[in-house]
Amino acid sequence: MNKRRPYVRPMAGWWRKNPFFVEYMIHEGTALFVAAYALILLTGLVYLSRGEAAWNVWLEGLKNPWYIAFHWLTLAAMCYHTYTWFKIMPRTMPPVIVGGKRLPDFAITGSGLAVAATASLAMLGLVWGMAR
Amino acid sequence: MSENQRIIEIEVLRYNPETDKEPSRQVFEVPFTDDMSVLQGVQYIKDYLDGSLSFRWSCRMAICGSCGMMINGEPSLSCETFLRDYYPARVRVEALAHFPIEKDLVINMEGFIEKLESIQPYIIPKEERTLAQGEYLQTPAQLASYEQFSSCINCMLCYAACPQFGLNAEFIGPAAMALLHRYNIDSRDAGKAERMELVNSEEGVFNCTAVGYCSEVCPKHVDPANAVNQNKTNSAADYFLRFLTPKGGAK
Repeated sequence: MNKRRPYVRPMAGWWRKNPFFVEYMIHEGTALFVAAYALILLTGLVYLSRGEAAWNVWLEGLKNPWYIAFHWLTLAAMCYHTYTWFKIMPRTMPPVIVGGKRLPDFAITGSGLAVAATASLAMLGLVWGMAR
Repeated sequence: MSENQRIIEIEVLRYNPETDKEPSRQVFEVPFTDDMSVLQGVQYIKDYLDGSLSFRWSCRMAICGSCGMMINGEPSLSCETFLRDYYPARVRVEALAHFPIEKDLVINMEGFIEKLESIQPYIIPKEERTLAQGEYLQTPAQLASYEQFSSCINCMLCYAACPQFGLNAEFIGPAAMALLHRYNIDSRDAGKAERMELVNSEEGVFNCTAVGYCSEVCPKHVDPANAVNQNKTNSAADYFLRFLTPKGGAK
């Protein structure tokens, strides 16, 4: 008789067993905030399509302190999401060769973050200028 | 025994398929010196405390890839992990995660070996050359493009680090995919179309959710996560290019 009886360990709660996995779940979880913010903007668009009065109702709703607090929370989550996104970017793309040498990971992550920051500031400046 | 010898507790996850229903923990008190690895601690247990303890090891210098274990929950080569870094706390030692346990610290690696075979880990030449025609030449730059992916020692730490493999043992996984990538980007190889079928399959790259821990634990800096994720792009290209090239490799 075969005495082999390989034991398969359960996977339940796997992500709590290692700090790396906990961090992974947090950075994946921040995607929900990204989705939530997209939904908020989409709702705004729907209200806008119903005319000026509806649009003003939506704008008024945004002034609720809870809503503002949620926006700050979303902003923090978005920033963290952006950071982790570009942190993993070097692992997801082919090597970039510059002058015969491979571009180090921090240069790829750094340029990603710089582009994201520049684009966000440009967008902020544009919208700010339009709102005035 | 030297004067600076101390005693450390090593907790081992034991499992005997003939008598145990499930694994259980056993603590050993092991005298150690600063130069002793976790592997040497485990060897001390086998030599002096309990000869029935089973584990794999060979070279003791992080080359053979045999002695991988979970050490305090992290996939590590036990030969290059040192007891002094844990003292005075207890060290927890367990068989590599996500693999079935055969006995104690020995895992069943049959699935991994089958995966290694399935990726055809050898050069499939464009055209056979005769001996008279000489070797297949390659430039240093062509070598550099895949060299990192050829450093794998098959220690399977990356599989123990991959929750997606833990959840679905069919997933081809990091090391096999890194080796597949190594051959696909070798300038002497022409087997890419055959291997892409595996990349694109249910067991293929899209099981990966870019956790990235596989590359963190790799003792040889192979960066298997990079190989897997580059092949997500390759797989997508393979899928969409068939609309442009009627005789493309995708089926």
